[in-house]
Amino acid sequence: MTITHSLSAQTLSAGYGSRTIVDGVDLELPPGKISVIVGANACGKSTLLKTLSRLVKPTGGAVLLDGSAIDRIPTKKLATTLGLLPQQPIAPEGIAVADLVGRGRHPHQKMFRAWTAADDEAVADALAATGVAELADRSVDELSGGQRQRVWIAMALAQNTDVLLLDEPTTFLDLAHQVEVLDLLTDLNRSRGTTIAMVLHDINLAARYADHLFAMRAGSLIASGAPQDVVTPTLIDDVFGLDAEVIVDPVSQTPLVVPRGRHHDRSRAPRIGALA
Amino acid sequence: MTLVSSPVRRSSRTAWGTAVGVVVVVAAIVFSLAFGSRSVSLGEVFEGLRAFVTGDSAERIGAIAVTERIPRTVLAIVAGAALALSGGVMQAVTRNPIADPGILGVNTGASLFVVCGIAFFGITSVYSYLGLALAGGALAAVVVYVVGSLGAGGATPIKLALAGAAMSAALSSLVSAVMLPRAAAMNDFRFWQVGGTGGATWGSIGAVAPLLLVAAIAVFALAGGMNALALGDEVARGLGVKVGTTRAIAAAAGVILCASVTAVAGPIAFVGLMVPHAVRLVVGPDQRAILPLSALGGAALLCVADTIGRLIGSPGEVEAGIVTAFLGAPVLVAIARRTRMRAL
Amino acid sequence: MTAVTSPAATPPVVAIRAGRIRRARRRAIASLVLAALLVVLAAAMLMFGNTFYTPAQVWGVIVGQDVPGASFTVGTLRIPRLIAGVLAGIAFGVAGSTFQTMLRNPLASPDVIGITSGASAAAVFSLVVLHWSAGATTALALLIGIATALAIYLAARGGESTGGRLILIGIGIGAMLNAVVQFLVQRASEWDVSVAMRWLTGSLNGVQPDGLWPLIIGVVVLVPIIVAVSRALRALELGEASATALGVRVAATRVVLIVAAVALACVATASTGPIAFVALLSGPIATRIVGPGAPAIIPAGLVGACLVLGADLIGQFAFDTAFPVGVITGIVGAPYLLFLLIRMSRNGGSS
Repeated sequence: MTITHSLSAQTLSAGYGSRTIVDGVDLELPPGKISVIVGANACGKSTLLKTLSRLVKPTGGAVLLDGSAIDRIPTKKLATTLGLLPQQPIAPEGIAVADLVGRGRHPHQKMFRAWTAADDEAVADALAATGVAELADRSVDELSGGQRQRVWIAMALAQNTDVLLLDEPTTFLDLAHQVEVLDLLTDLNRSRGTTIAMVLHDINLAARYADHLFAMRAGSLIASGAPQDVVTPTLIDDVFGLDAEVIVDPVSQTPLVVPRGRHHDRSRAPRIGALA
Repeated sequence: MTLVSSPVRRSSRTAWGTAVGVVVVVAAIVFSLAFGSRSVSLGEVFEGLRAFVTGDSAERIGAIAVTERIPRTVLAIVAGAALALSGGVMQAVTRNPIADPGILGVNTGASLFVVCGIAFFGITSVYSYLGLALAGGALAAVVVYVVGSLGAGGATPIKLALAGAAMSAALSSLVSAVMLPRAAAMNDFRFWQVGGTGGATWGSIGAVAPLLLVAAIAVFALAGGMNALALGDEVARGLGVKVGTTRAIAAAAGVILCASVTAVAGPIAFVGLMVPHAVRLVVGPDQRAILPLSALGGAALLCVADTIGRLIGSPGEVEAGIVTAFLGAPVLVAIARRTRMRAL
Repeated sequence: MTAVTSPAATPPVVAIRAGRIRRARRRAIASLVLAALLVVLAAAMLMFGNTFYTPAQVWGVIVGQDVPGASFTVGTLRIPRLIAGVLAGIAFGVAGSTFQTMLRNPLASPDVIGITSGASAAAVFSLVVLHWSAGATTALALLIGIATALAIYLAARGGESTGGRLILIGIGIGAMLNAVVQFLVQRASEWDVSVAMRWLTGSLNGVQPDGLWPLIIGVVVLVPIIVAVSRALRALELGEASATALGVRVAATRVVLIVAAVALACVATASTGPIAFVALLSGPIATRIVGPGAPAIIPAGLVGACLVLGADLIGQFAFDTAFPVGVITGIVGAPYLLFLLIRMSRNGGSS
């Protein structure tokens, strides 16, 4: 249904000022799949996502869309293919849901042309797909956290891009809403074939929802692959510094990380002394 | 806020600071007496001082100039100390790095009440000016503080600055509105627009001095309590400090210090902002050290500002309030840059 | 507001379109009402004065006839005053609301952050000390205004979000520049109180017809530029990250908008002085009237013009003494600003 675009990074380095935060990363987002970038705090995952979406200029290497460097592509044209939901998006005070979603049509609108039927349809589709159609005339300020996040996703949808990047879309939501949003993103990926890449801080949700995982530590990509292959006790220790066991999630059959901790480990004989 | 260093080193810094401060103030006094539209030699300075003290009249012209400069120098010392203390107190009480009484609208509030008193009630005595200035300054500061502290986060620097800016703009419009139809009669009181020590008389200084002294003593007595306030209301209460009382008395003292100076010298901004910050860089966050050193620093600063104004504007003068505004803005920029975003 | 029929009955696209048109219609009607109010105020400014002229007489002067008595008073005195008031009001309103939208903060307006103070200082210096012409004065005001904006921006840069810091620094620099104006005006006010008033708070008195050209050109050139870029402004409202994601060239667009807004504020200040609070309040007032959800640039211009004309009429006729427009807006504007501050604090504060 949609042409699948490929977004990749070649020896990508990026940072702020003299600090290098992303160091020599090579990755390719599998087209039409859901990829999740995981890692400890300050490992560079957000910066990597921002560099992929051209918010941050690379200091080395390049980001390629279908083989061409994205800084060569005019930004408005790029916005018709590549969408981003940033970490803490700002909604103008008092704006109606439909109007906010409508802002997502910006890349498709010419300077002086009025709204077209295609714009209205895109907005209606986006609202329906995210299940917020009844909220169309309500003010965004009145919505709950989960509803608001769905509206932001609707705005990204209205932009009608083939690739969608999301920077920590679940961080400030409670668990029920986190699952709601991730299920929605899965729906979109299955129905529209959108390539999705997101940063998640919860490794278990990441393992469940990702088709492909990228694990980062201190600015480098140290693992890449399907969750079953990537999520191992060694990797978890490497990436998060966490001593854990990895079992199979009984509900989703995906890897489930179970931390040991110092007080509640009943699975082995009692240990004396600190962990190595 | 990290502590600067160990207590022993800090108190030696304070001692050094005080010594340096006194020397600086003396130097500023000499500077102020020696320079102006006419520069005067050191000998003439001493002769002028001696003549003033003994009551004789001086012989050399330079010495006469010195005797004429003495009142305004004294006012600059007293006013500068009071303003710096006021700023230090307000910053401590509101936990807000840019709380300068000028920013809180004390100056314009005081000006408005005095101007109204002159215009509508024909008030002329210095004591009445003082009362009006205090009332106006206090009222303005209270309103600004209340408005600035509404809502989440309490009185953040930005909300306070904006409330103060709004209040100042409104009140100075009112001052203009009152003065405009009476421009001729108001000519003598143009200094209400700009603050300066030019109108210093022994009468006005004498009227204000007791009030300043009382307020200053209150401030020094509360310095320990203000240290606790810096840690937050709950922590302070836990340490046994009467939060409400301390804050009320300290704030009242701060307003009295600033409004009294405004009554005599007109609105002079930024002294209360700049000096405590500079002092804090040297001696750390202990109010017992900051406050006295700020008083010394403020005295020296206003003295020097006044002299610079006389040098630049010779044969007339650029009022001290304008000089301090020029000095103060870059300092405000520096403070704003250093303060963490969350605190703003 | 829930739909009357169930969602299944009304095709969703139709409902979306209807909602959008409804909101756009409200904005259009509100703007028309503002424009009508402006016309009424303009008419009042031409008709009322020491002598009252009927609408017929005023119209006669406008179309170029020679109406005895009216031709001078209305033509030479009142019309320039009206033009200055309307254009300055539009300029301040548009500049203020552009700043507020760009910086996402209703309190970040050129008159609060010291830009009009810079322009005012430059204008006083040029007119009172250097005795330059109106054109040269405007040019100097523009230069200093842009320099001030640049200085504030550079001083506020670096580190985390610069919005709050920018406002604080702007207030400080504004205070400094106000001191300059005070100083210059002190020297001048020995012989001209009206000069003092104009440059401290803004006034429509003493506007020369020839001196209006810079203002006219400024408004005619700059307002359309801002309007043309206002669609990008809608994206910028969502934050830098979202705007970039939507394909807006954020840096370039911001520069264009800020320079245009600063220039508008400076051009207006050079003609009428810094009319207090108009730039700050026009945007929020326009948003209340027109409804939230879209940048209200043109309505803000209309509100600004209405504020200036209304305040000038009050200043001229409501009291025994004639007060310049800036004194009235200063007194009336402050309570509204405090109300705005209180409301913002209640709703969770500014950036």
